[in-house]
Amino acid sequence: MSVPAFILMMSYVGFGALARESGFSLTQAAFSTAVIWALPSQVVLAGALAAGTSLGLVALAVALASVRMTPMVAAWVPVVRGPKSTRFSLVLMSQFVAITAWIVTMNRMPTIPREGRGAFFMGFASSLTVCNTLVTMLSFIVAGELSDSWRAALLFLTPIYFLTSLTAAAKLPSDRFALLFGLIFGPLIYMTGIQLDLLLSGLLAGTLAFFVDKQIKKRAAHE
Amino acid sequence: MNLTFFSVDAWWWPYVFILLAGSLPTNIWRWLGVFVGGALRDDSDLLLWVRAVASALIAGVISKLILFPTGPLGDTSILLRLGATAIGMAAFWLCRKSILAGVLAAEAVLLAALFI
Repeated sequence: MSVPAFILMMSYVGFGALARESGFSLTQAAFSTAVIWALPSQVVLAGALAAGTSLGLVALAVALASVRMTPMVAAWVPVVRGPKSTRFSLVLMSQFVAITAWIVTMNRMPTIPREGRGAFFMGFASSLTVCNTLVTMLSFIVAGELSDSWRAALLFLTPIYFLTSLTAAAKLPSDRFALLFGLIFGPLIYMTGIQLDLLLSGLLAGTLAFFVDKQIKKRAAHE
Repeated sequence: MNLTFFSVDAWWWPYVFILLAGSLPTNIWRWLGVFVGGALRDDSDLLLWVRAVASALIAGVISKLILFPTGPLGDTSILLRLGATAIGMAAFWLCRKSILAGVLAAEAVLLAALFI
């Protein structure tokens, strides 16, 4: 098993425990991994669930948290496309694109003949999804049996996994500023008690990061 | 109308909620990616801004999960959680941005403090 696949499983162990804490049932937790298959979306969904947020606002927050999918899939299409691929088959396959499957595609695909790429992708990507749906269920069940200390450790997996993996993925200065401002704005706006705290802090911190980055680039260009 | 996860008393409602509020808003971007293909420029301002908002939103979720967690993690001291996070990040940087090292170090600190 590759290192990214192992880390992904570890993070889904965290999600199983988080889902239990947020009020999901076992089958609902498994269902959300199977049909969403994007951990940030699932964590936003679980958090909003616990807060009793309405459907439209949850959908909006999930959408904002998963915009990354578009550039990822756009870069994935030309790599995975074969002579017989149709737009429809690519739409169906894109359901299985998430960070880990994407990294494996980008690393391994160039060595595989084009005719076999679709089948290769579906093989490993669908088994990743199935595996992690099972991991979600297993961790959900196990979390109910563990002592509080171990459950705390399972719940700690999600934020620490995201913090390290987002830092590793933030290559652009604007991404780094966004990460930093988001970490600060998130809890600050939450403490004000405003309803849309998550959306608001994302928009404010992200926009601020965007303009700070622009300003720095402008200064650099002037010098 | 205020539809929440718990507001409709039917066994199928939570699944519909997960599909509408979780699956659909995620998959829309995947489908859009297939249609956009290679046409999207990597360095356009719109894309940079969208990436920044998405990163900031997830960062906000992270710090809320560390500072205001629910369940048994919420019963641990905030200083312990911040300390474990700091040591995890230090291990992450020292091991050349290894996610695995960062996660293991942070978890080790948390568990050690809880069991000693």
